[in-house]
Amino acid sequence: MLEKLILVGIIFTISLVIAMYATYFERKVAAWFQDRIGPDRAGPFGLLQPLADGVKMFLKEDFIPRNSDKWLFIMGPGIAMFTSLMTSTIIPWGPDIVTASGNIVLQVADFDIGILFILGVVSVGVYGIMIGGWASNNKFSLFGAIRASSQMISYELAMGISVITIVMMTGSLSLRDITEAQHGMNWNIFYQPLAFVIFFVCSLAELNRAPFDLAECESELIGGYHTEYGSMKLGFFLFAEYVGMFISSAVISILFFGGYNFPGMDSVEGNTLAVLGVVALFVKIFFFIFVIMWIRWTLPRFRFDQLMHLGWKRLIPLALINLLVTGLVIAFTSGWFN
Amino acid sequence: MSIEILVYILGGLTVGSALMVVLSKHPIRSVMYLILTFFLISANYIMLNAQFVAIVNMMVYAGAIMVLFLFVLMLLNLSKENEPKSSLLVKIASALAGGSLLLVLVAAIKDTVVLQVAEKVTDNASGLVQNLGHLLFTKYVLPFEVSSILFIAAIVGAVLLAKRESQIIE
Repeated sequence: MLEKLILVGIIFTISLVIAMYATYFERKVAAWFQDRIGPDRAGPFGLLQPLADGVKMFLKEDFIPRNSDKWLFIMGPGIAMFTSLMTSTIIPWGPDIVTASGNIVLQVADFDIGILFILGVVSVGVYGIMIGGWASNNKFSLFGAIRASSQMISYELAMGISVITIVMMTGSLSLRDITEAQHGMNWNIFYQPLAFVIFFVCSLAELNRAPFDLAECESELIGGYHTEYGSMKLGFFLFAEYVGMFISSAVISILFFGGYNFPGMDSVEGNTLAVLGVVALFVKIFFFIFVIMWIRWTLPRFRFDQLMHLGWKRLIPLALINLLVTGLVIAFTSGWFN
Repeated sequence: MSIEILVYILGGLTVGSALMVVLSKHPIRSVMYLILTFFLISANYIMLNAQFVAIVNMMVYAGAIMVLFLFVLMLLNLSKENEPKSSLLVKIASALAGGSLLLVLVAAIKDTVVLQVAEKVTDNASGLVQNLGHLLFTKYVLPFEVSSILFIAAIVGAVLLAKRESQIIE
């Protein structure tokens, strides 16, 4: 019980710290892509910049628009933050740590429903944006909220279908079983490249990241759903996006890139294996966070009809075909047609 | 014992938030309470160790259907000022209709005999994904497939209704 509580505390802190430094990293990556230097004033290499931003956010006036729905206005950022932090409970962070009094499992809870829990929580996450946007009583916020919700519903379907192929291959919904099935270099990406592409595109859309950031598109909607927000409430919305980025990078690494598995893992064992496994998972996570930023500073934003077209007419049929082919191959290899 | 108390608390919260759906004045607030009710129903399923049903309830109802509800309500922009006023006659009619429904339900339920469950449940793992999937694809495969055909028919019907006639002919 105590070890689980400590683990929850550690994961909570790590998610927040990584989200904090992801903001710094994003500005550095942007600067690199645009041939600038980026933040370098606060501390060595600008490393204290996230702290300075946080202090600034806290010290700003906490403003609630006069004709807004006060309760829902406050609830919005809270829900966004809560749901994005909640998904980290079922992620397996590494192999067991061996101690004298038994093994410590580096996973808060291994639910029977596994990956469905993540899909469920993510689908609830859109309420934060919707409620916040509606409660602001501003037409641009409302547009942002409506865009976010329709986008979320459209991409959830393709995302779910692409996950089903992985579940079919593993025969389990549990993220730990999915990770264990990819021992060493036997990663799912080599069997399901199409499912990976679909899942990755859908996660970008679910995260409201560029090129799918239509809910907060500056050129059309001022700031989208957070136009009326200021101070730490705005901070929570932005922060939730970065926490979501961290968690979805972790989920992508686990589903398609072997999680904490790495080539040559059979030659080490015990706590060395546990430490190296955690390091391997985090290397993959950081790589995907970088790729998401890379895409943001490379691709222009979609138009809304293009977004809907891609979701409903391209990704869902592709995901369905992929599912069908995977099912046939599995049936064939397990000897159903002999 | 503590589990029993938890069940009572959860049940009370569920009924309370379901009541608030009806009692709250603002439609958006009603929808928010309805979402809360779905979450609490999911929690009740988890108390029965039916994790799969719980998460599907959360994904489908709270995650998708209620988003659509909220979506439509936000576009309607209902506020207190332009809320349609219902006349006294409508109020009396709805009270009568609701009251007679209550009467019928109470009359139907009060004489029911609680039948013993034919299949003795020996373990509480029947709600887990593996057991549920196994049951669905062996014992209950026919009802399962029939209901999926029903769903496909509903989807096709919805698309047919949403499209204009000229688009379908093309």
